Amino acid sequence: MSLDPVEQAARATPVTVAKKIRGLSDRAIAWIFVGPTILLLLAINIFPLIWTINLSFTNYKANRPNRPVEYVGLRNYERILNDSDIWLNMQATAHFLVWTIVFQVLIGFTLAWLINRKFKGNDLWTTIIVLPMMLSPAVVGNFWTFFYQPQIGLFNYVVSFFTGADPSSFEMLGSVDLAPWAIVIVDTWMWTPFVMLICLAGLRSIPNYIYEAAAIDRASKWRQFWTITIPMVLPFLMLAVLFRGIENFKMFDLVVQLTGGGPGSTTELASINLKREAFEKWRTGYSSAFAIILFVTVFGLASIYVKALNKVKER
Amino acid sequence: MKLKRLASAALILGTGYAASPVMADDLTLCWAAWDPANALVELSKDFEAQSGHNMSFEFVPWPNFADRMLNELNSGGKLCDLLIGDSQWIGGGAEAGHYVKLNDFFDSEKISMDDFAPATVYAYSTWPKGTPNYYALPAMGDANGWFYRKDWFEREDLKAEYKASTGNELGEPKSQKELMEVAKFFQEREIDGKKVYGASIFTERGSEGITMGATSALYPWGFKYENTPGKYDMEGAVNSPEAVEALEFYKGLYDCCTPPGYTDSYMGESLDAFKSGQVAMAMNWFAFFPGLYADPDTGGDKIDFFVNPPQNQAGSTLGGQGISVISYSENQEASLEYIKWFAQPDVQAKWWSMGGYSAHNSVLNDPGFKDSQPFAGDFLVAMDAVQDFWQEPAYAELLLAMQKRLHDYVVADKGTAKEALDALIEDWTEVFEDEGKL
Repeated sequence: MSLDPVEQAARATPVTVAKKIRGLSDRAIAWIFVGPTILLLLAINIFPLIWTINLSFTNYKANRPNRPVEYVGLRNYERILNDSDIWLNMQATAHFLVWTIVFQVLIGFTLAWLINRKFKGNDLWTTIIVLPMMLSPAVVGNFWTFFYQPQIGLFNYVVSFFTGADPSSFEMLGSVDLAPWAIVIVDTWMWTPFVMLICLAGLRSIPNYIYEAAAIDRASKWRQFWTITIPMVLPFLMLAVLFRGIENFKMFDLVVQLTGGGPGSTTELASINLKREAFEKWRTGYSSAFAIILFVTVFGLASIYVKALNKVKER
Repeated sequence: MKLKRLASAALILGTGYAASPVMADDLTLCWAAWDPANALVELSKDFEAQSGHNMSFEFVPWPNFADRMLNELNSGGKLCDLLIGDSQWIGGGAEAGHYVKLNDFFDSEKISMDDFAPATVYAYSTWPKGTPNYYALPAMGDANGWFYRKDWFEREDLKAEYKASTGNELGEPKSQKELMEVAKFFQEREIDGKKVYGASIFTERGSEGITMGATSALYPWGFKYENTPGKYDMEGAVNSPEAVEALEFYKGLYDCCTPPGYTDSYMGESLDAFKSGQVAMAMNWFAFFPGLYADPDTGGDKIDFFVNPPQNQAGSTLGGQGISVISYSENQEASLEYIKWFAQPDVQAKWWSMGGYSAHNSVLNDPGFKDSQPFAGDFLVAMDAVQDFWQEPAYAELLLAMQKRLHDYVVADKGTAKEALDALIEDWTEVFEDEGKL
């Protein structure tokens, strides 16, 4: 007598387990499956978060475990919010965040729009364009420091070629005015391809018949672009902005490699200062408070943004 | 029969123990990755041969050295059995229990701190400062000094031009202001068809570079950390008129006389600038001088050395380190054995001959020492007037605050020297308040 596959599977289950499971509800079985994951999340995400919040109200220093830990109330938060240097860090972060997103969206969308048009060598160009984002940020930071070197740097020579200025007459990484733009340029060079790929996915998801219908209605190319292309790519673009925004808010490695936060504190982004406070100065309580402030900021902004994104999708 | 077996077993164990007094251990010594570390690897081969222990080495590049090693100590790591740690770590190392206190060991092994140069014992070994509580043996004396292109300084055309433009003889600067005068003379000058620059100085932001560089100007002007030692009364000392003038001088030197793009330069960049023939003068630690002298392109008769010039007084920034036994090490006995071996006068003499800077009096007071290397005499002079940064347990916080304030002013043109030093006092006051010292 042959058994059907379901029966075979049922018989393969050990009797003791089968008996135990038989008495459980679907909900209980679901909990058994998701339980380990939830425990893992609690252990590696929620517990550290709660612990960090707890530490943020203390004067704890991780390098001085023998020192008595005192609860200092909101003093760490008060110090951070009243510290003009922290606000300069936030300004530097905002400058970096806004301008990288603006450039990456503009250039990324333009590249996607160009790549989306059928032409010879299309695939090859796509591969070449996405190469920068495949590199390690440490490597990118390192070789751009050479590009920006005033005496031998390629970047300075290219600028010199077009403007006639002496290559060693300006310092991209050493000048207070130019360094914030130098890091924007490198991040844009590296991550524009990412935005381009997302935009390309959006452009390719637009069915051709919509353009055909618009053409029959005698809509101009310009009109098609503004009333079909942009609205239909917008959710993708907004998603790209969300990804890049979150990434750049916590940008660390690339900028550390390029400028180390200098000259002075000109490019000291919030995450760089946070690392200094936490793991160089070992002000654990203070840096925990700083981390919580940054977390609340990015979480709040991202939540507002996601709501806006959902509204756009619903349209 | 049983008795016989027991007796023979005891004999075997006894003779075996006598043949090898201690079991061979694997010791790891941690230090920065630089020329003297390579010399120490060679020197330690003698220890391996004599003791039977195996030596491993963990060398970390200077910009990451403090970060890496302090993390290791703070986490109670067992990577290092022995650590040649920076002088400023001694307070933290002692108070947090990272370093083994060596007094009893020194007493039992008849190792006397009187056998080492007093400045190095004070700076590298004692905590609290100046008390006879020793946490390290002076391992490597060092100070920030200068070297220059002797072949350029000796060119008749340049000498004549310098004399005509300044009225002085072109030579080793005798004061800080003269140093700037010489640097200005060479800045953007064409020598052998190549544009050269005045001086390479420390401007690095991330670790300790600009502090070590700027204090080389601050100390000769008479900079003090406190009005009264141990009282943390910094107002009027840290921001004294002399300190302000010195910091303005250092910024002036950076603005007038460094190669383009040297906004974040430290030891490596200084060496590169000099070896590539870019600069007439450069500051760096004496530890690099043997390697510089041996360089086939810019060493030998093309280079000479001088002590950091005085201004209101003599003053050099202290470098160098002591060697400590890590309290988390499982090989403390063997580590102490290494220290005992290293403290011997003949080992110290060999250490100097291989490129390490011994702090042992038997080496430094040897009549032939001054002439043993072209920079040996300068080293002795420099070590007579060294000053060090705070060596407090909160040293990292104090240092990073100074890095920020100095870089903001010197490189980023933010505010005035007085404002930078005032802000530094505020930062340091906050640190000492947190420490319960104010």
